[in-house]
Amino acid sequence: MPSLIAATGKVNDFVVKFANVNGTGSASANSLIMKAIFRMGVPVTGKNYFPSNIQGLPTWYEIRVTRDAYAARATQVDIMVAMNAETYSKDVRELSSGGYLIYDSTWPRSALLQRGDITVIPVPLAQLVNENFDGVRNRILLKNVAYAGVLAALIDVDLEVISTLLGESYGRKPKLLESNTRALRLGYDYVKTHLTSPLPLRVEHMDKTRGHIMIDGNTAAGLGCVYAGATVGAWYPITPSTSLMDAFRGFCERYRVDPETGERNFVILQAEDELAAVGMVLGASWNGARAFTPTSGPGISLMNEFVGLAYYAEVPCVIFDVQRVGPSTGMPTRTQQSDILLCAYASHGDTRHVLLFPANPEECFYMAVQAFDIAERLQTPVFVLSDLDIGMNDWMCPDLQWDDAYRPDRGKMLSSEELAGLEKFYRYVDRDDDAIPYRTLPGTNPKGAYFTRGSGHNQYGAYTEDSTEYQLVLDRLKRKFAGASKYLPKPVITANGNEVGIVSLGSCDGAIREALDVLGRQKIPVDYLRVRAFPFNSEVENFLKSHSTIFVVEQNRDAQLRSLLTLETAVEKSKLFSILSYSGLPMSAQPIVDGIRAKFEEAPRLSAVPRK
Amino acid sequence: MSYINKPKVSHPSLPTNQLGLTRRQYEGSMSTLCAGCGHDSVTAAVVEACWGLSMQPEQLVKLSGIGCSSKTTAYFVSGSHGFNAVHGRMPSIASGANAANRGLTYIGVSGDGDSLSIGIGQLVHVIRRNVNMLYLIENNGVYGLTKGQFSASADIGTKAKRGEVNSSPPIDPVLLALTLGATFVARSFSGDKAQLVPLIQAGLRHNGFALIDVLSPCVTFNDHEGSTKSYTFTREHYHAAVETDFVPRAQEIAVDYPAGESIPVSLHDGSRVVLRKLDPTYDPTDRAAAYHYIETKLKQNEYVTGLIHIDETAATEFHTVNRTAAAPLNSIPYQKLSPGRAALDKLMGRYR
Repeated sequence: MPSLIAATGKVNDFVVKFANVNGTGSASANSLIMKAIFRMGVPVTGKNYFPSNIQGLPTWYEIRVTRDAYAARATQVDIMVAMNAETYSKDVRELSSGGYLIYDSTWPRSALLQRGDITVIPVPLAQLVNENFDGVRNRILLKNVAYAGVLAALIDVDLEVISTLLGESYGRKPKLLESNTRALRLGYDYVKTHLTSPLPLRVEHMDKTRGHIMIDGNTAAGLGCVYAGATVGAWYPITPSTSLMDAFRGFCERYRVDPETGERNFVILQAEDELAAVGMVLGASWNGARAFTPTSGPGISLMNEFVGLAYYAEVPCVIFDVQRVGPSTGMPTRTQQSDILLCAYASHGDTRHVLLFPANPEECFYMAVQAFDIAERLQTPVFVLSDLDIGMNDWMCPDLQWDDAYRPDRGKMLSSEELAGLEKFYRYVDRDDDAIPYRTLPGTNPKGAYFTRGSGHNQYGAYTEDSTEYQLVLDRLKRKFAGASKYLPKPVITANGNEVGIVSLGSCDGAIREALDVLGRQKIPVDYLRVRAFPFNSEVENFLKSHSTIFVVEQNRDAQLRSLLTLETAVEKSKLFSILSYSGLPMSAQPIVDGIRAKFEEAPRLSAVPRK
Repeated sequence: MSYINKPKVSHPSLPTNQLGLTRRQYEGSMSTLCAGCGHDSVTAAVVEACWGLSMQPEQLVKLSGIGCSSKTTAYFVSGSHGFNAVHGRMPSIASGANAANRGLTYIGVSGDGDSLSIGIGQLVHVIRRNVNMLYLIENNGVYGLTKGQFSASADIGTKAKRGEVNSSPPIDPVLLALTLGATFVARSFSGDKAQLVPLIQAGLRHNGFALIDVLSPCVTFNDHEGSTKSYTFTREHYHAAVETDFVPRAQEIAVDYPAGESIPVSLHDGSRVVLRKLDPTYDPTDRAAAYHYIETKLKQNEYVTGLIHIDETAATEFHTVNRTAAAPLNSIPYQKLSPGRAALDKLMGRYR
């Protein structure tokens, strides 16, 4: 089937892929190019396909230059910068017809010439670098900068913008600035002297990135935790969530250390495992600090027992699940949305949990803050389900905003004075008829003392094995969960009264928005609802009710969101059709367009004009 | 029903501490453990220790895991918050709670199953982290709530109630703590209140992690003859009707012995145990010497009790290392925690 997403032009609309060896310092050269394009006002996305390894294995970086500001992965590759001999043949195959292959021609590579439909651009990079620089490591690093120079010349990236970026990176290290600039010029000048440039694929200045930043979701979420007032972070290192804690630590060292005394207004606990990490979060939250843990699927599996305690004993708890490919260890450096059901019903017994689904780094920031407010308001665990694509890739987002009037919602927490005025305090009594009880903190007032336990307890907080007492508490928890949606982010809906709709979540958003544009051009009208939280609210229920055919788009094999919709809403199963992507690569628009078109071809009446 | 409210009426002539509180005001709810359980003696020692320290009840935080021992935090100081964690995971709750508020006093009560099997990873790491807390292990060598399986502290050759003989070597929490560099390590016996109370008080006041391994016999499942290490001495103590699951009324074991003397005390499983007071020349600040001494005595089936090792000089307490603010983190006003809008606006420049 030919690609349905035909490229409409090649200025500011093409894909460059870099094939590298990991551990060679290529990442900084690749992001140099990406940032330069961004600074030229041209929207861009960067996707990193890296191995679970430190040095020596293949790694790819993909820059999509996208004047329409699409956030998804593109399926074509227009320019391949093939710097890894081990993957040459694969990389050549992957290049789209009519594309360009840049390779290091220091040594002959006859296999490269096997395709007649691509243009091969030989540049003797190793030779250029070896003639101009000393030292093995230095040469390896600077070869990356040299190919960045080659690419800059070929696609017309503003050299001045690159120089400014280099100046910002190496301003305090004049030697490095000099060598990097020289390496950049080596590649750039080689192209200008020996080749025709620029290519028909090129970058032109635009003004579409003003007021935007390039940021990854883990950094944004870590920053959100700082702004939420979190003081305790506990975690066990796991890809792809580690950089969230790294970001939190970095921001805390910047904003939370007393410049005079060196005293720190934060604690970061590197736990012995995820069981301990979540235990630390519970202990800290129970004791009145805002606390969180970032993890990924295997960590969630380990945290299950404590999550059940937090649910039942009503201890606030914020867990970031930066999802990766499962099952088991799976593919740690690839992306998926396969922890939806795991998190929704984590732990044994009757448990259900609040989930938030950020779609991009911007939402990671705001939802991080919301997660703490919700967790404390509802006194329950809140999962923020990001994924590797959001968490570790750079996305273009609007500048993050902050309102200094924000104050944390600590929920129903009784002060020492309030306790003094009470005849007696009972932890789990539903005083306000909203199914949310009052809590107290240790150290405030002996009248507030109670015993937190995961064993059967009655509404007074005492141990019980009495059926009626037990059920009273369990039923209240159910009511609390049922009333949770009013505190949660609402779904984002794009609807024009069409019969067909898409329901999706998280990082599928970019691919869906692009698919909607493509389908729109093909006169296939589709509505779209993106859920941003679980439990679902009435808008989700209404959308499901008012559409006759609904495509559920998600990144896992077993259609977990679809399952959750059928379990937790009144929707008829038969009208939900899955579009699934679980390769480990970020979602692209292609399967969505293909899937919906196929359905329309099967049932042409769907393409009728919108209902009245 | 396994929860009984304990009446708090007390006679006006009862002695009071510096806060004007009687011992009764440091009690908790009624114990639901078996009559004669060693753990109840430990509870009484904690009550006595806290009363004696004139501790504000709300300044104490009680933490525990799962098991008979972990129930006991409900039985003392009802004016304190308690947290009954999942099995073996109390140390992580303690670490988090302590991170949030360094100003309170933390006491964790655990057992040999909770600490040495399912929770040994967390025990090891809370010691390594040197969280400021007192950690009591009520050690009886047996799983009580699941009716009598060996725990990881059971001695080689000891016999279970139903007859099987333990062949796995025991894990000794005292040696473990010494290996890990704990700065307060003690062992005591639930029947020796005179020794235990001051140890608890010292542990509560120690700056850093304090471990007390308390030998605390199980009257129901480890109270029978038949240990391969058994002494006839066992017969001098109370014997339960071992063939049934009937829970007997039992007297608590109580011994008092002069310093320097070895005294054989039978645990209820009949194991031969010798309690030995530290001799007056013993230097509890020398960790390596302490380790050697303890290990040597263990080989002779003698448990050394008392304050085995203490190092008050080490600057390794968690918050000291972390340079945490002196004020509890949970008390720092939000305005001091948020960098604010101007900082965010400025930060955005880094991401262009």
